Amino acid sequence: MPKDTGIGASTKRREDVRFLTGRGVYTDDLTMFGQAHAVMVRSTVAHGRIVSIDTAAVEAMPGVLAVFTGEDFKDVGGNPAGWLINSRDGTPMREPKRPVLAHGKVRHVGDAYAAVIAESYAQAKDAAQVLSDATVIEELPAIIDMKAAAADASNRVHDEIPDNICFDWGWIEDNRAAVDEAMKSAPHVVTLELTNNRLVPNAMEPRASIGEYFPGTGDYKLTTTSQNPHLTRLLVCAFVMGIPENKLQVVAPDVGGGFGSKIYHYGEEALVLAAAKRLGRPVRWTAERTESFLSDAHGRDHVTKIELGCTKQGDILAIRTETYANVGAYLSNFSTATPTFLHGTLMAGPYKVPHVYVNVKTVFTNTAPVDAYRGAGRPEATYSIERVVDKMCRELNLDPFEVRRRNLLTPDQFPYTTPVGLVYDTGNYQATLDKAVELADVAGFEARRAESARRGKLRGMGLSTWIEACGIAPSHLVGVLGARVGLYDAATVRVNATGTISVMTGAHSHGQGHETVFPQIVAEKLGIDASSVEIVHGDTAKIPFGMGSYGSRSLAVAGSAMDRAIDKIIAKGKKIAAHMLEAAEGDITFADGKFSVAGTDKAKTFGEIAFSAYVPHNYPLETLEPGLEETAFYDPANFTYPAGAYICEVEVDEGTGKVDVVSFTCADDFGNVMNPMIVEGQVHGGVGQGIGQAVLESTSYDENGQLLTGSYMDYAMPRADDVPFYTVDHSCATPCTHNPLGVKGCGEAGAIGSPPAVVNAVIDALHRGGHTHVSHIDMPVSPNRVWQAMNA
Amino acid sequence: MHMSDTRDIQAPPSEVWAAILNPEVLKACIPGCTEVTGNRDEGFEAVVTQKVGPVKATFKGAVTLSDITEGEAVTISGEGKGGPAGFAKGGAVVRLEPIPEGTRLSYDVEANVGGKLAQLGSRIIDGFAKKMADEFFSRFQTAVEGPAEPETAEPAPEGDDETPKKGWFKRLIT
Repeated sequence: MPKDTGIGASTKRREDVRFLTGRGVYTDDLTMFGQAHAVMVRSTVAHGRIVSIDTAAVEAMPGVLAVFTGEDFKDVGGNPAGWLINSRDGTPMREPKRPVLAHGKVRHVGDAYAAVIAESYAQAKDAAQVLSDATVIEELPAIIDMKAAAADASNRVHDEIPDNICFDWGWIEDNRAAVDEAMKSAPHVVTLELTNNRLVPNAMEPRASIGEYFPGTGDYKLTTTSQNPHLTRLLVCAFVMGIPENKLQVVAPDVGGGFGSKIYHYGEEALVLAAAKRLGRPVRWTAERTESFLSDAHGRDHVTKIELGCTKQGDILAIRTETYANVGAYLSNFSTATPTFLHGTLMAGPYKVPHVYVNVKTVFTNTAPVDAYRGAGRPEATYSIERVVDKMCRELNLDPFEVRRRNLLTPDQFPYTTPVGLVYDTGNYQATLDKAVELADVAGFEARRAESARRGKLRGMGLSTWIEACGIAPSHLVGVLGARVGLYDAATVRVNATGTISVMTGAHSHGQGHETVFPQIVAEKLGIDASSVEIVHGDTAKIPFGMGSYGSRSLAVAGSAMDRAIDKIIAKGKKIAAHMLEAAEGDITFADGKFSVAGTDKAKTFGEIAFSAYVPHNYPLETLEPGLEETAFYDPANFTYPAGAYICEVEVDEGTGKVDVVSFTCADDFGNVMNPMIVEGQVHGGVGQGIGQAVLESTSYDENGQLLTGSYMDYAMPRADDVPFYTVDHSCATPCTHNPLGVKGCGEAGAIGSPPAVVNAVIDALHRGGHTHVSHIDMPVSPNRVWQAMNA
Repeated sequence: MHMSDTRDIQAPPSEVWAAILNPEVLKACIPGCTEVTGNRDEGFEAVVTQKVGPVKATFKGAVTLSDITEGEAVTISGEGKGGPAGFAKGGAVVRLEPIPEGTRLSYDVEANVGGKLAQLGSRIIDGFAKKMADEFFSRFQTAVEGPAEPETAEPAPEGDDETPKKGWFKRLIT
């Protein structure tokens, strides 16, 4: 019987009332008294030396209040990378300065080198165009292709970095010799070269920022589209602007999607603060859609060669990869962690692989910065592994289901230490595979294939068994590995005098449903109604220092912090109850919202205890402080490891090469599930993005570094008729062993597990249709590419 | 993008050569061109209004001539700025060789676009550029040799028998 409330109930999302009725309040919805408008002036060439910027050409234009160029920020700091990676030879990565506004050189189309502030948006926009025309940039040859960039020391994205390489990382370097040996002696070696296509994040709400400065106090306020306001504050204050942290408030109000792209601090945020201070007026900036295409951090963009050594029966013996990862023109905040510790560490997949070695070279190019995007490194790892396993099955004529079942780790092997440094705590990969096989009706595939054939379509089925690592942690370990931040999270549970509760969380909700799920947990634990619990997030002036939301971490990390804070509330409540009930603290039990003396009918409700805490007339003031408010910081002991099995069926039109995804089945293990409906929604969204990557989305720069897919005319986002009705299951749950809620995270799973399932299905369809020469097609599997492959 | 083609023009190379270097001819032949000033030594300034898919813009640009082999070959390079629409730039190597019918003009064009033109118009830009080139050289051909002769030639009016065969440019210089 499904529950109506509390943990496990499919409570409807309370935030949807405002989102679906147009009552959300996003950054651009706010109007500030006396506000001025900023428009960024962006490079139209990919690579060039700034010769001159004639600011005088616009300073006298109507409404223009101020003009900023890179010169204005040359003495402040740069936007740093959050993770230090060392190359294989031990040398630290190259870290070029990422200025607020480009100075000296522009390095990608869309690189902002100036900003105009004016009374109205139209005036700022006009002046920005005039300034663009009044700027002389000496164009340099664009550096676009990663391998060419690495091979050519004469043309440099950053003058001080000769080969355009940020780092050359080996993981784990000590594995290398053993992997080479295992590969040499393997009875069969499968080799696959593939590209993980660059994606534009396309959050529904473009980035926007409003800067305010209060001369009376010297305080700043930044309202911005951020997934993690405290991290943004830390970066702005400590690294870029030098503002004391206590003098800057960062607010991220309703945020319309992020998918990773709003984790990072961007130059516009510093710009509006500097402009607000200079003008003594609020200064606002909102990206146009084209600016989002040009300047949001993109995702993926790996070129990989993966080799898999195996027996003739398909037992995996070793995996070796060499990857070129594009970081674009500058290092975005997580750009160095994404292709390394979020990618290389997952390269054993859910399999027993004795030997794994991963090499990643990150390359600067004259393209937009690349950083974490839904899944962040793990989709790239999963795609490489699941494609090469599929290729192995084809080359050796083996059943992909049977081969995976044989190679998957078994439940008795946990905790399992992989050869790439992770310890998987728990899982049951056979269970999710069996469940997916059952739900997808694999047995009935042949009949469906025959039916498709009657309609002239080639039908194929693709499988992917995936694993990921969520809730990146623990801090002491990531610190050793180069992280420059901690990765805990925090919650303050404030019980009000009347018994209602405000929970201040360090997590940030930009569509995930925290405002619904978190109260379910509080309500369950305290035995109260969820409607009396309010979630406060997104404001550094209100919430404890938290790390925000990304990497499917909110529930596992911030949720656990909340759980710990509630435990403290209950512990204090017991002390108060013991006093009020004149009993020993050890005899007080708490259940169903009541503090009771064990074995008696003496009890106080949660509300009575809360009231007593704030009106402490009958209260142990000598030993206990009044009030009922507790904060907990939670630093996880390990990552969490969601896993699952996805089965995709496609139909391919042999005449046109068009791929239709006709069915998609997900059997996931997310550990304990707090709200099944929200989990299902997260999986739907993730799989939708995965299908988008696999079938439709392609980010294309020409050889001059011009972004050719700069609008929805040329960048194909998945639409409702591009995706099937999904079958989603999460019943095969093995609770996480190290967090109090037993949860693993579900936000990225769909985007991680789905692309290889789609591509495997396409290859399967082509093989069944007699096109057995096709061993791989790069994403997106567009009609053009599929037709070319079929007819090669 | 890259385009190359040849055209046979019924006029001697010297006339074709003169036409290429004449700003009035360029103005008449460049589709959407409203203004051309300058000369072959200092280069030309041109204003062209064009609509590429959703992007309509007025391009102001400089055209320079280089690698001139008198009467035989010239490299024409240009860059036009279209304000918010972005920019277009490119070069064409034009060669002339005499053939029995007159002149064989061959061209090799390299063109690039940037900014909004690239972001919004890339899907159609190749076709657009080819159309522009075709139109330019068709107009050029017409300007030099005059409109194609009608299938059934009517008797030419008295005293005016040469006129229909001549392009306006030919009339200008002969």
